[in-house]
Amino acid sequence: MIDLKNSRPTIHSLADLLNSDKLTSVALCELYLKHAEAVESKIDGFLKLDKDIILNAAKASDERRKAGKCLSPYDGVPVACKDNITVKDESCSCASKLLENFIAPYDATVVERMKNSGIILFGRTNMDEFAMGASCENSAFKPTKNPWNTNCVPGGSSGGSAAVVAAGEVPASLGSDTGGSIRQPAGFCGVVGLKPTYGRISRYGLVAFASSLDQIGPITNDVEDAAILLDILAGHDPKDSTSIPESNQNFAEAGKKRDALKGLRVGLPKEYFEMDGLDEGVKAVLTESIETLKAAGAEMVEISLPHTEYAVASYYVIATAEASANLARFDGIRYGNRSPEATDLIGTYFESRGAGFGEEVKRRIILGTYVLSSGYYDAYYLRAQKVRTLIRQDFDNAFKQCDVIYTPVSPMTAFGIGEKSDPLQMYLADIFTIALNLAGNCGISLPAGLHKDNGMPVGVQFIAPAYQEKIMLEAAASFESVRNKQEFIPQL
Amino acid sequence: MAAEKIDVGHVAQLARITLDDDSKARFQENIESILEYVEKLSELDVSGIEPTAHAAPLTNVLRDDVKKESFSRDVMLSNAPATVDDELVAVPPVLPGEESS
Repeated sequence: MIDLKNSRPTIHSLADLLNSDKLTSVALCELYLKHAEAVESKIDGFLKLDKDIILNAAKASDERRKAGKCLSPYDGVPVACKDNITVKDESCSCASKLLENFIAPYDATVVERMKNSGIILFGRTNMDEFAMGASCENSAFKPTKNPWNTNCVPGGSSGGSAAVVAAGEVPASLGSDTGGSIRQPAGFCGVVGLKPTYGRISRYGLVAFASSLDQIGPITNDVEDAAILLDILAGHDPKDSTSIPESNQNFAEAGKKRDALKGLRVGLPKEYFEMDGLDEGVKAVLTESIETLKAAGAEMVEISLPHTEYAVASYYVIATAEASANLARFDGIRYGNRSPEATDLIGTYFESRGAGFGEEVKRRIILGTYVLSSGYYDAYYLRAQKVRTLIRQDFDNAFKQCDVIYTPVSPMTAFGIGEKSDPLQMYLADIFTIALNLAGNCGISLPAGLHKDNGMPVGVQFIAPAYQEKIMLEAAASFESVRNKQEFIPQL
Repeated sequence: MAAEKIDVGHVAQLARITLDDDSKARFQENIESILEYVEKLSELDVSGIEPTAHAAPLTNVLRDDVKKESFSRDVMLSNAPATVDDELVAVPPVLPGEESS
């Protein structure tokens, strides 16, 4: 029997059980639903978890399997969705009051792909409102707690998605990453989080925050699972004009590799490791993990990413500018909550947006509007885009000397709920993840150990050149197989 | 870069967002400190550098001008806060003083 208090079954192990008839999808989903029921009051990771929808889909999966008509080897496995990814006829609130009653009329491409594989959509997870945040505290509805310490944040903005996987409520989930929003919560919660190369996974059905930075990605219990989901989700989509051509790489195969570290050149960016705010306990885990990489045959190379210190500034100009444009559609007219306070059209825009958006969202829209406004566009937005080019060049240059880049995911472990009240302090916490979104490369975060003082998970990140998810997955899977044999399971 | 301070009230007008006085004051402080931090971008020499607008090297991705399946009217209206005859989205009066029909 599966014990969700003390184990974290992977998608690949569950698929084996389902395909050898040792377990039905209904029984599997009932197990996860029961466990979720038991722990959700401590975690608050889900915004919606509809038992009927889930069990009906599970039943259909079991029938397909009985008839020998499985849609894929993963038919019947449950996966949760962040509440900014549309599922037809289900709510899609983006954790905002403005969209709290919105029902999506179509499936996101990633959802269509999962349904075509027979995957069971298992609930809608909590997030920072409109994906703006690094702690899940900006949800209009409730904060999610970190399963490792419920006084701490799970990270954000995909905090709910990371927490429910870490807590064993579901074997995998989807998140979205604009400045680190998959990788950082995965790091804080001790699970695996993957951001693909920009354009690898379709954004059709992902409520847009910053269109040149957003990507959907999987959050899982091991690297192989992330690779399996990447295979299912990735692909060219004519409905997304930023979607890159089909890859011919077999990602799932890459996720099974165990010996990729031998002779691998691993770049250590000195600006990251020498950073002032890097916590001693986090540094200690990193240092130990570097020894592990060396012992497995990897060649460590010191590299430089000279424009690291400008990444947060560049990001917060570009992302807020793009957000101000993307969120202009939320005006209370065609969808979303319309304020009854207004008596005329323009008043409706003001009042619906004023009442519907939370504080952080309003702040970012205002900042974004300012940096795009006449007289300021060149000084802020255009300049930030040029700095973005410099940051991209940093990575391109670094990859001439190494195969993958290795970094901490965050300067600290999960901080306390309510601890970071200054917006700028919150932004600076993204320093290790943010540059990747600007450059467009792929990155994966996975746990390397626990902090010696507070016992919280410490995440590490493998970064590969754009389009090279294969080498990133091979390196991460190989590291995962040799790192300390720790099972990353929080006691709830 | 700009030396004048942001006028949060004015920008909120541009962004069509109602802000109460408390929020306005709070945002004024927050955003000023963020902009001060962002000033560091002006340290860099970006002469001759092309701006990056997008992370993937794709341009002018077009499709053939052929009619395809789209959503039906009732799907499009399903989330509308107010409708007229199940055909149109009802909106408040466009001009002040106008009666809504």
